[in-house]
Amino acid sequence: MYRFVQHYFGLAWMALVFLFLYLPLLFMVVFSFNSSRQDAVFTGFSLRWYEALGRDTKIVEGFWLSLQIALATGVLSAVLGTFAAFVLVRYQRFTGRTVFSGMVNAPLVMPEVVIGLSLLLLMVGIQNVFGWPERGLLTIILGHTLLGMAYAMVVVQSRLLEVDRSIEEAAMDLGARPAQVFFLVTLPNIAQAIVAGFLLSFTLSFDDVVISEFLSGPGVNTLPQVIFGYARRGINPTIYAAATLLISVITIAVIAYSVQVARQGRRRAQEAQQAQQTFSDLL
Amino acid sequence: MVQTEALARAAQAAPFLQIQHIVKKFDDVFAVDDVSLDIAQGEIFALLGSSGCGKSTLLRMLAGFELPTSGQILLAGQDIVGLAPYERPINMMFQSYALFPHLTVWENVAFGLKRDGMPKDQIEERVTQMLDLVQLKQYAKRKPHQLSGGQQQRVALARSLAKRPKLLLLDEPLGALDAKLRQRTQLELVDIIERVGVTCVMVTHDQEEAMTMATRIGVMSEGKILQIGKPAEIYETPNCLFVADFIGTVNIFKGAVEVDEADHVIIGSADCKHYVSHGITGTQGMDVHVAVRPEKMSIQSGPVSDAQRERAAEVGFNLARGVITELAYLGSLTTYHVKLASGLVVKVTHTNDARHGSSSLTWGDAVYVWWSGSDLVVLTR
Repeated sequence: MYRFVQHYFGLAWMALVFLFLYLPLLFMVVFSFNSSRQDAVFTGFSLRWYEALGRDTKIVEGFWLSLQIALATGVLSAVLGTFAAFVLVRYQRFTGRTVFSGMVNAPLVMPEVVIGLSLLLLMVGIQNVFGWPERGLLTIILGHTLLGMAYAMVVVQSRLLEVDRSIEEAAMDLGARPAQVFFLVTLPNIAQAIVAGFLLSFTLSFDDVVISEFLSGPGVNTLPQVIFGYARRGINPTIYAAATLLISVITIAVIAYSVQVARQGRRRAQEAQQAQQTFSDLL
Repeated sequence: MVQTEALARAAQAAPFLQIQHIVKKFDDVFAVDDVSLDIAQGEIFALLGSSGCGKSTLLRMLAGFELPTSGQILLAGQDIVGLAPYERPINMMFQSYALFPHLTVWENVAFGLKRDGMPKDQIEERVTQMLDLVQLKQYAKRKPHQLSGGQQQRVALARSLAKRPKLLLLDEPLGALDAKLRQRTQLELVDIIERVGVTCVMVTHDQEEAMTMATRIGVMSEGKILQIGKPAEIYETPNCLFVADFIGTVNIFKGAVEVDEADHVIIGSADCKHYVSHGITGTQGMDVHVAVRPEKMSIQSGPVSDAQRERAAEVGFNLARGVITELAYLGSLTTYHVKLASGLVVKVTHTNDARHGSSSLTWGDAVYVWWSGSDLVVLTR
């Protein structure tokens, strides 16, 4: 009896959690195919909101803008995050190390509103003095990179800690200069983490609304900002369609990536086992 | 010919590798404390010591990964302390092998050659030659994780020899292999190193490994080299208590010098008087330690006959009585733990050279233990 309860209670609890997490998404996906404007009643299947999506210039422009920003943020974050991680892992002692480590990590715990607000003040100040930069694409990228870099750094840092330090020494011992050591040995071994850092900051940037809201200028609206604006003026199923497309793209990308990683891991394990096997056969 | 003779003389005058008064301090701790060492060309020299004795730090200073606090390192007469690791004609085989996981076996071996800008066809030739040497030609296209531990070790060796370094450094070369594989690989490794003819400095905590592979051994403790010598010298004539105790098993008697003659010495200790059939550099009344290796002791149940004793002309000396408290039968030998009257437990090994021989001794037996005066080592420090 006790085990019966335990078993089914566990299952039911899990179902409840999944429902709580994914029911809203499911609801949204279903209603993106609704044939009418109705929010609560499913009147029939249609693709009209997907057609409307293509005609909505605000959404299309917002999408391209968000894509540009996310790509730039991803690249910048991955590069800067890698440098920061490298310094923190490989140089155990330098003046200001503790401060540096704290500052790079700060955006992870700082409320986004605070980051956005302070960046806005800074940008306004700079613009007043130098007449540049205009708020828009560039300022949003800078703001997102500040956040994305912290995430990318954490990912790369944990990978760097795993990489055997002695392979870098071995490279140097064999005649590689420090720059060659980095590009020929260190980089190939942390590439996967850098890609992960890129993807993470890319997604962070792509769906960020708070920092974008502070740093965007007139007429510059990222996709999340457009969606947010629509939602404020009453729900439009076009947004459902847009969001559904986004979810499917991200889901497919994430699944493809995980399958690839899992397959690689399995193959590695298999090959290592085979090597051991053939060797013990020889003995 | 004249020239080679001159070269030979020069080599004799100045050793190939000279380590002069090297000191390395980490903060206020001496990792290496004023070490001086000469190594001849073609030698395999082992730095032996337990972990934290400074042997690895010394090796890393030779490779260039650590900068000595003071002192000089001369390789073929040239001071190399100021050179970066990538400028030194020295290559190292790492304990973890440190193979590049993203490169194939072939690319791993070629890595150093490419850095030197060697022409492609020569690289091809050299890598093939190296893989031949370690018998891994058929594995050239594999990645390191597709190899077993022993094969990885050979790739690491091939990679460190590929540039034909003047000096090869081995950091615990067999530490990562299991015991069975280790013994076989020791001799293989020495064979390859000797065929290549490279001078070699290795670091190990495994005395068997050092004894098997090295032409000379330096025993290190707390940043200092205590004794340098051939394996047999280190084992048979240790120069201090630490070395005697560190290498192999040894029985130590505390005692004081009673008679100090030029050709013999008599040392009194709690269980017996020791007759030493050679002079020592000590003075009468001095506190010393007497060391005897277990395999140089004899054990028997009956009293030692005068005939046995007279061969050594030591009647009344080097004989103690005790009780067997432990015995370990190891097949080829048996180790007895014998508790003497003073409470000191000595270990005696007996070679089982006859199938049904004297191994009738067992726990609780009262026995005589004796040894010859020429097998004693007197340690004054």
